[in-house]
Amino acid sequence: MAPEFVKVGKHNIDAKEYLAPGHTFCTGCGEALAIRLVCKALGENTIIGMATGCDEVCTSPLPVTSWRLPWLHTLFENAAAEVSGMEAGLKAMMRKGKAPQRDIKFVAMAGDGGTSDIGLQALSGALERGHDFLYVCWDNEAYMNTGIQRSSATPYGASTTTAPAGKLSMGQQTQKKNMVEICVAHEIPYAATACPSYPFDLMNKIKKAVEIKGPAYVHVFVPCPTGWRTPSNQTIEIGKLAVETGVFPLYEVENGRYRLNVDPPKLKPVEQYLKPQGRFRHLSPGEISEIQERVTEGYARLKEKATSFPAG
Amino acid sequence: MSKRVVLEASHAVAEAVKMADVDVVAAYPITPQTHIPERLAEMVADGELDAAYIPVESEHSAMSTALGAAAVGARAFTTTAGQGLELMHEPVYIAASHRYPIVMAVCNRALSAPISIWCDHSDVMSCRDTGWIQVFCQNNQESFDMTLWAFRVGEDPSVMFPVMVNLDGFTLSHVTEPLLLPDQADADRFLPKYEYRLALKPEAPTSHGGFGLPDIYTEVKFAQEVALRGSRAVLDKGWKEFADIFGREYKAVETYKADGAKTLLVTMGSLGETAKMVVDSKREKGEAVGHLNLRLWRPFPFADFREAVKGVDTLVVLDRCFSFGGPGGPVCSELRAALFDMDKRPKVVGFIGGIGGREIDAETFAYMIDRGKEIAEKGSEYLYEPVLVRGLERGTGVRG
Repeated sequence: MAPEFVKVGKHNIDAKEYLAPGHTFCTGCGEALAIRLVCKALGENTIIGMATGCDEVCTSPLPVTSWRLPWLHTLFENAAAEVSGMEAGLKAMMRKGKAPQRDIKFVAMAGDGGTSDIGLQALSGALERGHDFLYVCWDNEAYMNTGIQRSSATPYGASTTTAPAGKLSMGQQTQKKNMVEICVAHEIPYAATACPSYPFDLMNKIKKAVEIKGPAYVHVFVPCPTGWRTPSNQTIEIGKLAVETGVFPLYEVENGRYRLNVDPPKLKPVEQYLKPQGRFRHLSPGEISEIQERVTEGYARLKEKATSFPAG
Repeated sequence: MSKRVVLEASHAVAEAVKMADVDVVAAYPITPQTHIPERLAEMVADGELDAAYIPVESEHSAMSTALGAAAVGARAFTTTAGQGLELMHEPVYIAASHRYPIVMAVCNRALSAPISIWCDHSDVMSCRDTGWIQVFCQNNQESFDMTLWAFRVGEDPSVMFPVMVNLDGFTLSHVTEPLLLPDQADADRFLPKYEYRLALKPEAPTSHGGFGLPDIYTEVKFAQEVALRGSRAVLDKGWKEFADIFGREYKAVETYKADGAKTLLVTMGSLGETAKMVVDSKREKGEAVGHLNLRLWRPFPFADFREAVKGVDTLVVLDRCFSFGGPGGPVCSELRAALFDMDKRPKVVGFIGGIGGREIDAETFAYMIDRGKEIAEKGSEYLYEPVLVRGLERGTGVRG
């Protein structure tokens, strides 16, 4: 019999693969890595509701599927609403004796566009209503499935197909929407950031998020070699650099209290993160230092929160 | 045993939903639908109905939430009207394509702009091709009966389609009149417990909603078309069983005083009641006039309709919706299409009226019948004639 768990250091990782091989994600896709790990953290008593996006398209070409977990996809903007219905519906059926009593994890998954743009209303509604579910956002910082169009999660200065760098433009002119803070403002019990470059941190957060009663939100930073124009063997490295430069800090917010999970003694210069990526190649030294200033300030603000309102 | 009660039609719908013992109600308030979700919320708050009442933040989420509930095997209900139906348009298609037997009551309302909360059929006509089973009600009793019937037929394992129960906003939804409410035991006899074989569950994972490449999409959609048309036998069986248990008979196409009628007035929805009164008075005057109520709008009952109009010279059709720049009212043009291949077919005369809450009274129906007969005899240069438009003389219309 195959072992149920694989021991990695002090961690027991579910040996089962819930995302079956044969999917069509790009080589080096950070999202595919994250989905695999997140599903291992969730385990088999899980029902997934997914928004339209790379994750859905790459895993479900009829009549086959990569999903070994029960899985629903309907539309782009409604993952939080459909999972609201699953959670409330199955719990009502359990209460009424129409379905066996058991602990099922209800999980919504969507990309950054499906979360911070078109799906924001449905997410806000589901968080406010207090459904007992986990919402996972795969943030690759643009509409990658449709061809690298900008979203509200695209960072300042990135070149995308609808906010391209050109003679008169340095690409994205707006700052990345802060989804975690928007979720925290709903006063939900748990919100966190994560990245597959830190696999145990990611899996621990998913486990924690589904154990907590009520809505939980995990924002997963998933480098996209295709859209970011990075070599496909650099996905993990890029994710690490995002954290080490303070561009994408790893933290969690429990009942409004903050904890930085990775807090390097000294942040690396953002240039080290920007440089390897084609989407930032056009940036001038002045623009890079502007980004550096914002990152430094943002990180300091986050540290201040973690000091003033510390978790646990 | 049934009991006679006096209820608003909206509350009659809520009673049927309660008797169906739904697991989930997901709804967003919109006039004139509000009395249905309000009554259901009250039932849940008082413990009369054990269901999750989900006060969603939009109609798009109302239907999406119902989709999620249906995917795990819950019996789900939602309700909307007008703009709400437009906002939920996108997931409405999914319900039919995923074969989730969600039941939705639509309190028919006009569409913006200008904004109007009053009745016409523009909202449901935009959903004509969504793949739902669609029925119309004429009165409070029917509103209850069709709602209970909707769960029964939609959930039939050989059907598995969502059902839209249409009741005219205000003129039916807000009307209070007597009706018979059955015992719960009889309702249970009519509506068995629902078990969804493909429900999402960890012990037998299934994937719902994969994407369709060109090499499979056509087959998927053709299967859906065949299945919806194939549901018709079960819809009739559902009405037969309903009659056996509750004693009230319904049909896809219903006629009134149609024996020997040379002219039939055709309506969908609550105006059928007024139309029948007009038929009575015409009959008293010796005119061979009857009424045809189109109860089932989708799947369209072609054979029943052709049978019902055999020997009829003129059909006078009232549409409560404009089809801008099109062939006339959507119902009228559909009936024309249904009759086109018949060797001997009645002349079809189209009127459009009852838009945005404008009342069609008995006198107007009487006029439509008279004018219809005149057009059938002498012909007309018009595609259709709008009625009750200020500044438009009677007998003038819209050219094709």
